[in-house]
Amino acid sequence: MLVSALSGALFGLGLLVSGMTDTDRVQGFLALLGPGAWDPTLAFVMGAGLIPMAVAWRITGKPLLGPAWPAAPRGIDAPLLGGAVLFGMGWGLVGLCPGPALAALFWGGAEVVVFTLAMAAGMLALPYLRRITR
Amino acid sequence: MDGILWDLGAVIRACIGGLMIGGAAALLLLVNGRIMGASGLLGGLIDRTGDAPRERLAFLAALAGAPTLAVLALGLPATNITSNWVLLVAAGLLVGIGTRLGSGCTSGHGICGLSRLSPRSFAAVLTFIAAGILTVRVLG
Repeated sequence: MLVSALSGALFGLGLLVSGMTDTDRVQGFLALLGPGAWDPTLAFVMGAGLIPMAVAWRITGKPLLGPAWPAAPRGIDAPLLGGAVLFGMGWGLVGLCPGPALAALFWGGAEVVVFTLAMAAGMLALPYLRRITR
Repeated sequence: MDGILWDLGAVIRACIGGLMIGGAAALLLLVNGRIMGASGLLGGLIDRTGDAPRERLAFLAALAGAPTLAVLALGLPATNITSNWVLLVAAGLLVGIGTRLGSGCTSGHGICGLSRLSPRSFAAVLTFIAAGILTVRVLG
C-alpha cells in the first residue's frame, strides 16, 4: 500500500507541476486544427513521461512483488476504438482526463467535482449500457 | 492552426512533471507489477470488478491528496475549467464511459501502453487525440 500511495502522490504532483490540471493547456494542445494557437506543452509531458517507463519495461522481466508483468490484451477491436472516440470527445469538451480530474478534485472547485462525479457515473453506467445495446 | 504557443518555462515544467509521472508509473510497475492507469484503477475500485481495492484506494487517495497539500502550501493554480454545467456533465459521462469501454486513458494507454509498444495503445492514443482535436475544433 505504501508503494501505491507513493506512486499516486508522485503522479498527482507530476500532473500539477506539468500544468495538466490547467484545462487551457490541454485544450490548447488539442487545438492543433484551431481555434487559435497550438500549445505543445502536453507533448513534452507525454514524451518525458515515456522515458522512465521505456526503461522500466526493459531493465527486468518481472516486478519485484509478483510473478510477471500484467497481461497485455491483443487485438484492436471496436470497443477499444469506440471507447477512445467517446473519451476523446469528453476530453476535448472540458480539457480534463481522469488523472488530472482526481489531482484537482479537492481544490479545483465545484466544476471539477461535478465532472468527476459524472465520470464515475459513466464508469458505473457502462455495464448497463452494454446490456441495453446488446 | 494559428501559430505555436512557445513558453519555455511551461516546457521545462512539462518535462519535469512528465518525468515525475513516468517515474510514478515505473515505481508501480517495477514493484507491484501494476499498470498506472487512472481510469482503470478508479473504475475497477468503484464497480468492484478490480482486485486489490486497498491498493487502488491508497493510490487514488494520494493522487488527490498530494496535490491538495502542495496547493495549500504554495497557492492555488488556475484550472481555467468551464463553468458550463451541461458541458461538465456531458464531458464527465463521455470520459467515464469511453475510458472503461476503451480500457484506458491518457495514463494507461498513453504512458504505460505506448512505452510497452502496445499496438492497442497506439491505436487508442491516436484515436482519442484525433477525437479531442476534432471536438475542440468543432466547439470553437
